[in-house]
Amino acid sequence: MTQPPKGVRRSYGVKAAPYGFLLPAAVLFTLFFALPIGYAVWLSFHKVRIKGLGLGKGAKTEVWAGLENYTSALADSELLASALRVLGYGAIVVPVMLGLALFFALLLDSERVRGRSFARLAIFLPYAVPGVIAAVLWGFLYLPDVSPFHYLLDKAGLPQPDLMDGGPLYLAMSNIAVWGGTGFNMIVIYTALRALPAEVYEAAKLDGCSELQIALRIKIPMVVPSLVLTFFFSIIATLQVFNEPMTLKPLTNGIPSTWSPLMKVYSDAFTGGNIHAASATAVVLALATFALSFALLRISNRRTTQGAGR
Amino acid sequence: MTGLASPRLRKAAPAAGSTPGTSQGPPAASRGDIPGGGTGSPRRTALLPTTALVLGALYCLLPVAWVLVAATKADDELFSTFTFLPGSGLTDNIGELTGYRDGIYWRWMANSVLYAGLGGVLSTVVSAFAGYALAVYRFRGREAFFNIMLAGVLMPPVILAIPQYLLMAEADLTDTYASVLLPLVLSPYGVYLGRIYAEAAVPMELVEAGRMDGAGEWRIFLRIAVPMMSPGLVTIFLFQFVAIWNNFLLPFIMLGDDEKFPMTVGLFTLLKQGASQPALYTLVITGALLAIVPLIALFLLIQRFWSLDLLSGAVKS
Repeated sequence: MTQPPKGVRRSYGVKAAPYGFLLPAAVLFTLFFALPIGYAVWLSFHKVRIKGLGLGKGAKTEVWAGLENYTSALADSELLASALRVLGYGAIVVPVMLGLALFFALLLDSERVRGRSFARLAIFLPYAVPGVIAAVLWGFLYLPDVSPFHYLLDKAGLPQPDLMDGGPLYLAMSNIAVWGGTGFNMIVIYTALRALPAEVYEAAKLDGCSELQIALRIKIPMVVPSLVLTFFFSIIATLQVFNEPMTLKPLTNGIPSTWSPLMKVYSDAFTGGNIHAASATAVVLALATFALSFALLRISNRRTTQGAGR
Repeated sequence: MTGLASPRLRKAAPAAGSTPGTSQGPPAASRGDIPGGGTGSPRRTALLPTTALVLGALYCLLPVAWVLVAATKADDELFSTFTFLPGSGLTDNIGELTGYRDGIYWRWMANSVLYAGLGGVLSTVVSAFAGYALAVYRFRGREAFFNIMLAGVLMPPVILAIPQYLLMAEADLTDTYASVLLPLVLSPYGVYLGRIYAEAAVPMELVEAGRMDGAGEWRIFLRIAVPMMSPGLVTIFLFQFVAIWNNFLLPFIMLGDDEKFPMTVGLFTLLKQGASQPALYTLVITGALLAIVPLIALFLLIQRFWSLDLLSGAVKS
């Protein structure tokens, strides 16, 4: 932020230094981000042409495909279906997870609540559990033969829903994301709450505000920027869901290999062997993510500027 | 944004005493000790909110508690006894897991430690370099570089992974440790955090003073900036460690030889086989337990030192 005085910048060493420090990042970025992205875009505009029987060297050549891969990707009903599934899943995960995160953060910030440090640790703990392992654990908890829920429902003589098919699958899948993500978002919001000046509450308390009123009228409006940010990251994470459905797949027939858009890309590329089509789908997904991000950032910027003007 | 972060960073610096930078040490004096007069008694425990918080904690602990119990069950007990009833087979299960394919499970564990440990260190170094450069110097292309880097955060992993795989295949590097390690070294989020920490923790006056004394830029970085940024660097390391440990997609795509699998991919393949051989389920469950227990222990141990407010404070700004 601070600008060095002009006099110091004359020496060559100072001028060259930032480029030296950035070199490793720049090289890695070029090799593992820029080059692959460029290659993916190139692939998405090409297709394989097979000459003759397609045997021998030179029989398969990559030729320009124009927008062909894109039109077929966008027309693909499976892609649309997977996008809709993930939207449905996100519509459960994001509000529930952020609602719980805000709720727990407010409780942690409240003086009259006991067991706060235990709860903070326990709720944050799932962050340390890899998504694959979380899906393994919950997968077994959903598996009828092993599940305690099924056991209890059975004992109570109630019907036992199949948690890994149809409608309940959305809830089961969302539950894993909520379990894994609430703690991290809670910590983000809690930290924002902690950063608020204490005087604000003291004044409100003197005016006779209850804790609930303080939470609703003062705390929540003041952490809106963190809420916007956690919302933003949650949406992006939701769009990219892959590990959990992939892990649960072997446990059930209810999860197709194209359940989420990323699973569709994966299966096109590596099971179907059509890397050109997969690349086009991946580019479409990346563009959709960017468009959504920019839209959300614009909205959040407008909000924050308004907030600053208070 | 630096205005908010800097006092906390300073507090977290080792010089400021033993308070680790976690949210353990909120400014209690300014918050808690409001004289009890006025309306009601603020010290009374609020029963309903406490219950809600404890229920939340129990929900988060439930799968962990379950796997602790389930790992003690022998094959036949897993499907026949009540899920929360401990079994008698923990040591047998661990022995069986260790014996499975000549102890490949422990190989996966060691691989995960290698990927996450080495990857975390390299990633922290690269982030510290880049973050410091972006925070301290004004040079052409600074904002452009930063923005392009940040756009990397939004890139869905699959759009990267497919061409990364194909390019690695061109270079004959697929199915090697390097193919999993190298793409994870640069983390846009790490660079972002590095910049925030450097801006907040390294005062320009000290950098100038170093220059006046004739120190080179590299020396100033090592002797002045790194010590001041160290709480932030620990946070970046831990963040990267967890991120790489949790990674699944990249090794899943890159690796064919299961000797090189990290824990996540190893357990996944075991679970997949378990679908046709339910006897393997016991191994998967025991494996899941043994995989998360050290992680949770590490987590509990370091959460005092892991500056959560640095992680989230930076996210916030």
